[in-house]
Amino acid sequence: MAETSIGSILKDGLWTNNQGLVALLGLCPLLAVTSTAINGLGLGLATMATLMLTNLIVASIRHWIKSEVRIPLYVVIIACVVTAIELLMNAHLHKMYLVLGIFLPLIVTNCAVIGRAEAFASKHHPLHSLFDGVGMGLGFLMVLVLLGSIRELVGYGTLFRGADILFGPAAAVLTINVFSDYKGFLMAILPPGAFVGLAVLIAIKNKIESVKLSRAVKSRYVIAQNLT
Amino acid sequence: MHCREYSERAVKAEYHQTIRAGVLLALAALIGTFVLSAAEHHSAPYIEANQRQALLDNLSMVVPSDGFDNDILGDVLELSDPELLGMPTATRIYRARQQGHIRYIAFEIIAPDGYSGQIRLLMGVRADGATSGVRVLSHRETPGLGDAIEARRSNWILGFDGKSLFNPGANGWAVRKDGGEFDQFTGATITPRAVVKAVHNGLLFVERHRSELFADGETTSKG
Repeated sequence: MAETSIGSILKDGLWTNNQGLVALLGLCPLLAVTSTAINGLGLGLATMATLMLTNLIVASIRHWIKSEVRIPLYVVIIACVVTAIELLMNAHLHKMYLVLGIFLPLIVTNCAVIGRAEAFASKHHPLHSLFDGVGMGLGFLMVLVLLGSIRELVGYGTLFRGADILFGPAAAVLTINVFSDYKGFLMAILPPGAFVGLAVLIAIKNKIESVKLSRAVKSRYVIAQNLT
Repeated sequence: MHCREYSERAVKAEYHQTIRAGVLLALAALIGTFVLSAAEHHSAPYIEANQRQALLDNLSMVVPSDGFDNDILGDVLELSDPELLGMPTATRIYRARQQGHIRYIAFEIIAPDGYSGQIRLLMGVRADGATSGVRVLSHRETPGLGDAIEARRSNWILGFDGKSLFNPGANGWAVRKDGGEFDQFTGATITPRAVVKAVHNGLLFVERHRSELFADGETTSKG
C-alpha cells in the first residue's frame, strides 16, 4: 500500500486486501445476508455506497480532524451516511429495504467501514480515498454476490431469484432455474452453509496465491540457474 | 517561577485542545443532524406511501378487491383481545364495506408459538363468519421447511379460504398429526400447528365480538 496509484488501490480492495476474504471484516452481514445472490448484491451496493461516501468525507476533512476525537467523529459520519442511505432506500427501494431489514442499519457496525476511514482515508487525498472506497466496496460486494450465488445454487438450484425486488418487476426474467426439479439443500441456506461457503472461497483464494508464489519462486530459481 | 509559568501554559494549551476537540465534535453532530433531517424530510412522504401501499397490497390478498367500495385503510375499528389475538395492545380492524354494509373485516393476529418466535398473520373474515384469506406478514421460521406457510412458497395457506368455526368443527382445527384437517409439512409440524391455532383464535375472536365488528352504523371512513 506504499504507492497510491489508482490501479494499486483498486487491486488492493479487490484482491490483495479484500475486506471479506483477507481482512475478514464485516462477517456478520456477510454471513447473514448471503442466502441468495440478489440479497448479497443489494447489501453489497449499500455497503459500497457507504464506503465511498465515508471515505470521501473523512479524507476531505482529514486536516481538521483532531486525533483525540477521530473515532467518535468517524462514528458520527458513518452513522449519518448509513441512516441517510437507509431512509432513501426505504423511500425509493422499499422492497429491497424490507429484505435487507436489520442488516442495513448494521452497516454502521461493519468494521470495514471504520477500518478504511482510519487506515486509509485519514491519510490520503479525497480522490484516492474515493477509489479506495470503490475498490474495497467492490471487493466486498464480489464476495457477497459470489457467496450468495454458491449458497443459492446449492440451496435452491436457482440463480438471481428475487431479481425483481432489486431491479423492478421486469427483472424477474433474470432468474435462472439451473437445475429443474431440484429438491433443495437446506444446509446451504442456513447459517452453517454461509460458514462453509466462505471457507471454500478463502481456501480458493489462498490456493491461487500460493500457486502464484511458488511459480514466482520457481522462475527466479530458473533465472538464477541460467546465470550460473 | 519559570517552571510554574511553563506548566501553567501547558495546562492552558491542553485545555484549549480539549475545547477545540469538543467544538469539532459538536459541529460534526450539528451538520449530521442537518443532513439527516433533510434526508428525512425528503423521504417521509415516499415512506408513508410505500407503507400504505404495502398494507393495501396485503389487505387485497385476504379480502377480494372487488368486494368493497370504501376506503378500507380509513375505516378502522380498534379492539383489544390479548387472549385470542396474541397482542397486548389494541388491534386495528379494517372494514370493507359495500354500500355501507360491512362485507369483510381484516385484522392482524400473532401466533406466539412458532418454531422460532412470533408469526404475524393478516386474516380476512366474511360477514358470514368464514375466512376469506390468510397471509403471513412476517416470521422467522426455518427456510425451506417452515417457510412453506408463505403464499409464494406453497399453497398451504390458501387452505384456510372458506373455513369457519363450523367447517371444520372444533376438533378439525388442528394439523393432521393432531387429528385435525390441516396438513403439516415434512420436517415442520410446529409452524403449521401455530398458524392453525392462531387462525382458529382469530375466528373465535370474530365470534366473541361479532356485534361490535359488524355493526354497520358508525362509519369512520373519511378518505
